[in-house]
Amino acid sequence: MASVRPRRPLPRAARWVIPMAPALFLLLAFFAGPILWTVWASLTNAALTGAQAAQTEFVGLDNFGELLSDPRFRTATLLTVVFLVGCVFGQTVLGLALALLLQNRNGAVRAVVGAIVVGAWVVPEVVAGFVWYAFLEREGTLNSVLAWFGAGPQNWLFTAPLLAVVLANIWKGTAFSMMTYSAGLSEVPEDLKEAARVDGASGFQVLWHVVIPLLRRTLATTLLLITLQTVQVFTLIFVMTSGGPGARSTTLPLLMYQEALRMGDLGYGTAIALALLVVAGLFSVVYVWMLRKEENR
Amino acid sequence: MRRTRRNTIRAAAAASVLALVATSCSAGADRDENTVRIVYQKFGTFIAMDSLMRQVKEGFEEANPDVTVELNAIEAQAEDYQTQVNLMNGSPSEAPDLMYQDTFTINQDADAGYLMPLDDHFAAWDESDRFSEQEAEAVTSLDGQRYGVMLGTDVRGLWYNTELLEEAGVETPWTPATWDEVLDAARAVRSEHGDGVVPLNVYSGTPAGEMASLQGFQMLLSGTEDTLFDDGSEQWVTSSTGFSDSLEFVRTIFDEDLTHDPQDALDANVGTVNNEERFPSGEMAISLEGSWATQSWIEGANQPWPEWEEVMEFTPMPTQNGQGAGATSMSGGWALSMGSNATDPDLAWEVMTYALSQENALKFAVEGGQIPVRSDVAEDPAFLEAAPKAEEFAALVDITGFRPAYSEYPRISLAVQEAMESVMLGQATPEEAAEVYAQEVEGIVGPDNVTTGS
Repeated sequence: MASVRPRRPLPRAARWVIPMAPALFLLLAFFAGPILWTVWASLTNAALTGAQAAQTEFVGLDNFGELLSDPRFRTATLLTVVFLVGCVFGQTVLGLALALLLQNRNGAVRAVVGAIVVGAWVVPEVVAGFVWYAFLEREGTLNSVLAWFGAGPQNWLFTAPLLAVVLANIWKGTAFSMMTYSAGLSEVPEDLKEAARVDGASGFQVLWHVVIPLLRRTLATTLLLITLQTVQVFTLIFVMTSGGPGARSTTLPLLMYQEALRMGDLGYGTAIALALLVVAGLFSVVYVWMLRKEENR
Repeated sequence: MRRTRRNTIRAAAAASVLALVATSCSAGADRDENTVRIVYQKFGTFIAMDSLMRQVKEGFEEANPDVTVELNAIEAQAEDYQTQVNLMNGSPSEAPDLMYQDTFTINQDADAGYLMPLDDHFAAWDESDRFSEQEAEAVTSLDGQRYGVMLGTDVRGLWYNTELLEEAGVETPWTPATWDEVLDAARAVRSEHGDGVVPLNVYSGTPAGEMASLQGFQMLLSGTEDTLFDDGSEQWVTSSTGFSDSLEFVRTIFDEDLTHDPQDALDANVGTVNNEERFPSGEMAISLEGSWATQSWIEGANQPWPEWEEVMEFTPMPTQNGQGAGATSMSGGWALSMGSNATDPDLAWEVMTYALSQENALKFAVEGGQIPVRSDVAEDPAFLEAAPKAEEFAALVDITGFRPAYSEYPRISLAVQEAMESVMLGQATPEEAAEVYAQEVEGIVGPDNVTTGS
């Protein structure tokens, strides 16, 4: 009987909502949920222990007010930006250079270089941190090498902490840039480059006027991804310097850890997390703007 | 046909959503009533608690076959250990039944509702009269309730290597009467032994954490006319002469190269390296350190150093100019506490008293280098034999001070560590650092809760 009666079709929305429900539920529960919780927590005085843990109160924008007047936060934001710019610049230049050099090389060279660079990338962050710690500390490899040239030993993690973590992060992250740029370069039509060469362009001119403009979209996407990865680097810095000496390598993620977990001030810690989001967001806007400019041209 | 298929998909979708909801709700289901979960710290040279708890598990389970004692050793520094325990306490299904608890965090954790009051249990225990008065003070919160039973306490003072001091022309037994005499000895060691020996260790800076604040700074400050917290007015003291003088001491030892290189002092493992390597190998002469330092040297330590008794001596830390009692000390101590969500408080209490028994407390006092709080342990010949410095330590118990156990303390302590660090790195003069500290404290506790010192 039922098959005879014309069936009322499901509303259009229900037709795609129902099959997606499990995925939607997972996204809401494990993605949107924590984000909303973070926003909520940043408006409270939530704490790990003490009376505030038993009775958490809504404090409005107090945490953000405190944030703006906190010199530690200002220093950490500045360090985060320096760390970010250093890492993104280094990774982009190195990654692009490697990708260009590896182009059209024979398979064996590509495989060997690729394996070495990607090796750094797949190493867990904690291990990478210890490798660099062992390399840069006072009795480390770098000082042994420098000793041949008569340089006195020094703990590089102490004398140049931010530079040390930037170098380590570039070392670790270059592989990612290299791979995306390699993929991007293979999309550049060979005949365009050839045409330019026939017209008498030098190698550098071909790169600058033909290859890079065609790579622009890949560049923007890669920059965006690297920025989002770099802005949240915690483990590497924590293992190498713990944010020290003093606060000379305390970037926002480390400050967030110190406030939320060391000091037990979850409300303030989550406010820092949101500030971190703003920093990442500002950089992203710049890249998106770069990309759009190209398309409108 | 089509319809059934659609129904099937719909049913499957609904079922999977339900299943997800169900699993997320049922996570953290009922705890087994016969399992007692204990969480404690095991880190660096501190392995005495682990050794004690293993024995408790073995002994208690043997006597009570239906009970399981679940040990949860957290390998982390004190600060990280407390964070982890707090996180566990935040979720009732994860919360421990018993925990190893630093007594100075009892107020905070009781305020947070993590701890179970133990007054009734303790009063009914036939061994409770063997615990000292100080023990009761240390584990009683500001609201007057008992939240734990102390395992042992400690004092702090100067450990020194007699051979190195004698070679440098310092008479032993060494009994410095003022800060200057301490500095003079350090200078003598530096000029005699050169760069191979660290003359004087005073923990300093944020990586050392609470060690820097308590073993370092407060051991100095308590020897001045000033304090960190004024008990009378219940206000935090800032901008005091004593505060600046204590920082000046820190500046002097780093400036005159009488201590570690700052980069070594700022290594988070400085404590372990000092006691396990520098002292035994004769690379460090004097250290302002806890009475428990012996735990790194005794039999059963990570790297036993049986000769320590011939070389190492302990002397009280003098006050600044020899004022007051002439010497000073600070004390802390750890307790066993019960979680407010303990599955079966009576059973947990039974395990607790087993762990605190005379026999076990003796074992812990010896292995952990502790000053016992049970009279029958303090007087036990086995303890006196195993702890040759017990008498010196006991002499300090009367003059020792305690940290202000308010919930703001950990933040204040961090501000102290930061002040020390900026001074040791030469980033600020003692006066400037004291000024920054004053601002920090005002921000933490509010201007009404701050007073200026002498």
